[in-house]
Amino acid sequence: MTKRLLTAALLLSVSVIPAFAAKTSLVVGMPIEPPGLDPTVAAPVAIREVTLANLYEGLVRIDRTGKVQPLLAKSWEVSPDGLTYTFRLQEGVKFHDGTTFDSADVKFAFDRARDPKSTNAQKQIFAPIESIETPDPQTVVIKLKNPSGNFLTYLGWGDAVIVAPETAATNASNPVGTGPFKFKTWTRGDRVELTKNPDYWQKDKVKLENVTFRFISDAQAQVAALRAGDVDAFPNLGAPELFAEFQKDNRFKAVAGNTEGETVAGMNNTKKPFDDVRVRRALMHAIDRKTLIEGAYSGFGTPIGSFFSPNHPAYVDMTGAVPYDPAKAKALLKEAGYGDGLSITIKAPQMAYASRSAELIAAMLSEVGVELKIIPTEFPAKWIEEVFKNKDYDVTIVSHTEPLDIDIFARDNYYFNYKNDKFKQLIADAAKTTDEKARFAKYAEAQKILAEDVPALFLFQLPKLGVWNAKLQGLWENSPIPVNDVTEVSWTE
Amino acid sequence: MTVKDVIPGRSAAERKGVHSHTLRYGSPSLACGSPGMTQPLPARGREKAWPKHMLRLVLSRLVSLVVTLLFVSLAIFLILEVLPGDPAAIMLGTSAREDTLAALRQELGLDQPALLRYLYWVGGILQGDLGTSITYKMPVSTLVAERMNVTLPLSLLAILISTALALPLGVAAAARRDGPVDRAVLVFSQLGVAVPNFWIGLLFILFFSTWLGWFPAGGFPGWSAGIGPALQALLLPAVALALPQAAVLTRVTRSATLEVIGADFVRTARAKGVDKGSTLRRHVVPNALIPVTTILGLQLSFFFGGAILVENVFNLPGLGRLAYQALNQRDLVVIKDIVLIFSGLVIVVNFLVDIGYAILDPRLRGRS
Repeated sequence: MTKRLLTAALLLSVSVIPAFAAKTSLVVGMPIEPPGLDPTVAAPVAIREVTLANLYEGLVRIDRTGKVQPLLAKSWEVSPDGLTYTFRLQEGVKFHDGTTFDSADVKFAFDRARDPKSTNAQKQIFAPIESIETPDPQTVVIKLKNPSGNFLTYLGWGDAVIVAPETAATNASNPVGTGPFKFKTWTRGDRVELTKNPDYWQKDKVKLENVTFRFISDAQAQVAALRAGDVDAFPNLGAPELFAEFQKDNRFKAVAGNTEGETVAGMNNTKKPFDDVRVRRALMHAIDRKTLIEGAYSGFGTPIGSFFSPNHPAYVDMTGAVPYDPAKAKALLKEAGYGDGLSITIKAPQMAYASRSAELIAAMLSEVGVELKIIPTEFPAKWIEEVFKNKDYDVTIVSHTEPLDIDIFARDNYYFNYKNDKFKQLIADAAKTTDEKARFAKYAEAQKILAEDVPALFLFQLPKLGVWNAKLQGLWENSPIPVNDVTEVSWTE
Repeated sequence: MTVKDVIPGRSAAERKGVHSHTLRYGSPSLACGSPGMTQPLPARGREKAWPKHMLRLVLSRLVSLVVTLLFVSLAIFLILEVLPGDPAAIMLGTSAREDTLAALRQELGLDQPALLRYLYWVGGILQGDLGTSITYKMPVSTLVAERMNVTLPLSLLAILISTALALPLGVAAAARRDGPVDRAVLVFSQLGVAVPNFWIGLLFILFFSTWLGWFPAGGFPGWSAGIGPALQALLLPAVALALPQAAVLTRVTRSATLEVIGADFVRTARAKGVDKGSTLRRHVVPNALIPVTTILGLQLSFFFGGAILVENVFNLPGLGRLAYQALNQRDLVVIKDIVLIFSGLVIVVNFLVDIGYAILDPRLRGRS
């Protein structure tokens, strides 16, 4: 009897499953839970990785190759002097709460971001704005005080998404945007669930019905969740030592791409002995980047010789500028008066890549007679306090994950204490150059200056180790900006 | 009505001296010799005997509970004051401008003097307001309540598993010292003490989730998904959390039982013809429970503390993970509250254990 029942149940359950219907739900794993879901009031990358392009949209978007593409603005014109941007907006766009998107929302969003009380983490991108005019609901005219070469790129960042006046204040816990997915629930500590936006203005592009972001901090747990099928995709796996196993497993697709994170060992450039360029160059000569990447990130990650992302079209490979050459390192140290040895410290945060790199660097420096003592620190809290604010350090190591951030070496009072007027002028010029080719040429020159002046030891670009179900398509291999854009992701069967 | 009126046979001096005379009073009931003697006092007598003794105990413990909590709150606040890390700088990252940071600090009330912030905090708690999380931007009470839904069942389940394993094993091992059961139990407890709970968790995930697929590899579907799936998600972590503590508890139970077995009154009971099983059940185990309860009470803090590790391995959205996350983000409001809640729980549990002694200890009971 029981047997018959069981058979019947089995048959029933088989017949209920529709044959080979493509899945329409996706579970994306992330290492860190976002603190809030409003990218316009806080800096954490995790906020952008859930919300940008999925819940919120900007006037433009950055595509998977790093290029600026139209989004809520279907087209734009820039005046020849680079001071006036005229955007034509998409029609028929609605926010998730049903209100219509128009030029007033754009003005509201940008005015809110540049308000004195604003807590926008990238307020400086709005600093050049002189005025925002809305001649009609479909047109926005933004006038700048001075030309801003990267203005359009910035408008594709999470900090510049368009939010509505009715809902802006509550977006952190109940996000309302114009994106392809609507916010459903947030089980804090575990997951954020999104559901398809039926009124999306380009809904033909969207194949998924439900998207869940699950937060799994432990690297072993991430691997277990992927293997058990609890998570379909991990755009950035935390366990590089296990990544190779996924590459061999044909149930998964494992792609090692680049993030925007330049991993550098910053030096205190006004402190002895780092005020001497010979010492800085000597330390750089002592480092074998390939071995370092092998040990710190299981061989994944692109070596860098300057401070620019390989994802960016203006990237120049500068790894040959100060190559691995221990003999030269020793000679330079001797020349600088440290022939008998040198003892310095490195403040290394707890992230695996950072602490492992610090150990390898210490080993490599000991080969050239430099004793590097490792002092552990905690990122972000303690590091920001000690290194970033108080500049109480010799050397430190951290990955700078913001896109297009070469200008940090031109900032006054930044933790490197680096001062180079020529470089500063070049960055200022580049920022004002609207012509792309001319701007990229300036960035190339800036990369060269840094490579030769070595204000920090340029190590490697943090890789993006993406692992996902082999049947998934449309996920990004690189991340030119922090985002997990799932708009066009779909299952093949 | 005082105790004296009820039990005329006992002098005031005797009543006062109870603490130092517990051992002597520990066995008078045995003298009756009958198997039923563990219910030594008539119900009426016990009811009346309780209040004075218990009330004093409860009151003194309550006072020390409140004082301890106050000290704990001050300690938590001071430690977080000197802990490096500016919540505003962490929220806004390394590109934020000085004026933006100042705006956020003001929004968060971090520009107020420390004393004022402490008073606001304690004052708020007294009124039932735990404050608003800096990162989540929602009331901490809501956050904590959500997380309690995971941590409390997890800890209770772990305690249940731990005691359900430890008591029978410990007693069984002691009943036949050096027998095969005893040896097996010793190996189990040795292993359990040596192996950390998060590692057991990892092994469980590998075996039960990745290999067999019987359990989810982590995460929590929420109680809204039904009791079944929720308990399924909690079972492996609870066992991982319970095993090391069960090992400790087994050892304590075993040695406590052995000690009581060797006591004079047990020999007397056996000599009077009570069979081995009844002696164990009626005389040995109840007496051995006292040190076991002490350890169990101490272990509770380990269950909550261990929950931090286990919740991270199993990716459970519990209080422990909230604490860990809040510490990384320097969500000072959340950390302060959670640490206070954890300490509060441990203090309250110890209070209950103290009271529990009086109830469990047949000597204390029979003394009034």
